[in-house]
Amino acid sequence: MGYITIIAGKELRTYFASPMAYVVSAAFLAITGFFFVASVSDAFAEASIRGYLAGAVFFMIFMSPALTMRLLAEEQKLGTLELLLTSPLREFEIVVGKFLAAYAMTLIMLVLSLYFVIVLFVYGDPDVGPLLSGLLGLALYAMATLAVGLFASALSSNQIVGLVVGSGILTALTIIDFVSDRVSGTASEVLDAIQLGASFSVFDLDSFGVAEGGHFADFARGIISLTDVAYYFSITAVFLLLTVLVLEARRWR
Amino acid sequence: MIKIEHMSKSYGPYPAVIDVSFEVLKGEIVGFLGPNGAGKTTTMRVVTGFTPPTTGDVTVGGYNVVSHSLDARRHIGYLPETVPLYLDMTVSEYLSYMGSIRGMNKKWVKERLPKVIDMVRLGDYRNTLVGRLSKGYRQRTGIAQAILHEPDVLIMDEPTIGIDPIQVVETRELISELGQEHTMLLSSHILPEVSAICQRVLVINDGRIVADDKPDELSTKLQHAERIEVSVREVESSAFINSMRDIPAVIDARTDQRAAIQQRASREGFVPFIVDARPNLQSAETIARTVVENGWGLSNLTPLPMTLEEIFLELTTEEDLGE
Repeated sequence: MGYITIIAGKELRTYFASPMAYVVSAAFLAITGFFFVASVSDAFAEASIRGYLAGAVFFMIFMSPALTMRLLAEEQKLGTLELLLTSPLREFEIVVGKFLAAYAMTLIMLVLSLYFVIVLFVYGDPDVGPLLSGLLGLALYAMATLAVGLFASALSSNQIVGLVVGSGILTALTIIDFVSDRVSGTASEVLDAIQLGASFSVFDLDSFGVAEGGHFADFARGIISLTDVAYYFSITAVFLLLTVLVLEARRWR
Repeated sequence: MIKIEHMSKSYGPYPAVIDVSFEVLKGEIVGFLGPNGAGKTTTMRVVTGFTPPTTGDVTVGGYNVVSHSLDARRHIGYLPETVPLYLDMTVSEYLSYMGSIRGMNKKWVKERLPKVIDMVRLGDYRNTLVGRLSKGYRQRTGIAQAILHEPDVLIMDEPTIGIDPIQVVETRELISELGQEHTMLLSSHILPEVSAICQRVLVINDGRIVADDKPDELSTKLQHAERIEVSVREVESSAFINSMRDIPAVIDARTDQRAAIQQRASREGFVPFIVDARPNLQSAETIARTVVENGWGLSNLTPLPMTLEEIFLELTTEEDLGE
């Protein structure tokens, strides 16, 4: 655990030492704020964070890889990966440390965005259940997207490649229902089972991310199901493991 | 401390190091000499545990670098060829971080850091961002991270490459000092550098060890010729070359194409030449006298250090030079 904390601490400091943390936080608050305002501005609007959740789920497809793109790509570019891999560190300690730094950064942003909730309580009477389950779902969703982003960052020494590949994988996992709608039987069920979040519905553009499909919808609705929780933990574990394998494979080149 | 037995390393089908065996004893400073692409860096990467060998066994401090990699790595301080630094940290932040991932606790880092910073003479720069440092100071920072955790074994890949001559001298002095308390494996492609620092020299070429000797013996074995750079004014190139060839000690003379292209000397009418002579015959004196007697202007007469590439070249063309 010692080494993991050291690496996580260093990366977290680096986030705040660069403009990255502030730019990404500002963009996140602006975009989720826009979605939130849009969802509660109707005459008979529901006092919920569904709009905020939809915005966050959408934006994290780009934000998570943007937060993680530097983490491993830059180590390769600067050659510092050689120092890390010749220090008495295990690959998983490097990967988990960096992942935790990005996750802590994201959780800080989520905490900052909680003023939406305060607004709801001041001006309305929101249902607490879906609110809590929605925030829990978002924390789990963020975890999975960051693991994908970190994996993409390990693939090359180019940060932009990390961003594009990471967002690409997340987009593909989100709009996979485009494919599953066109096949039938087991194939369709399997594809639906790995869908990350709901993709947009052409009938209801406001519902992006929280509509039917994907593992996020139930959280937004107030349901915490073991399947959904297990899904996000699995995606996280699989992609972190793949990241470790990519680093180990680097040694053999 | 370092023991390599029949180690080979291939990248895909390409062999980088072939059946290398050698041992570095405790307290020994061993120079690892070879032209670019000979396998120096690959060997060092295997020893540091960065990349595993394809076949063979490598142990550091008694620990196998593959099966007991973490234990082996704890004994090593490593300076890779391209000094790896986090540019957005200050020197002391960077060094503290490197110390902590090498398993040093806070107290140890706090005690050790000022000593190391003094040792590499980075005192005035401890709070400077690494990205703002000049190349020589970056090199010192790199050396500092390698020695910070008091490793038994120091591995330095081309520690003086790409820094200016004054800093090269300082860096060499620093390395010699470090050699008094560490076991060291140091790579270079400059023979005099290795002779000055090391007690033993391994020469590697095309992935194989071709010589393993004390530096003086190696130099005498290899140095069949002395190379002298001469810049002369107001002279026909052919006349100068012919007069040089008349000197018994001189093997050959030619215009220095490289220097001429760089216009290092030709600007003021000086023509640069390279003269190869047999060693220990006071050839420089004879050359100087010949130039002066002929009334030519002499601006520069420098015996050149032979780089390994030239020694290899010389080894392969030994008979031509000897005639």
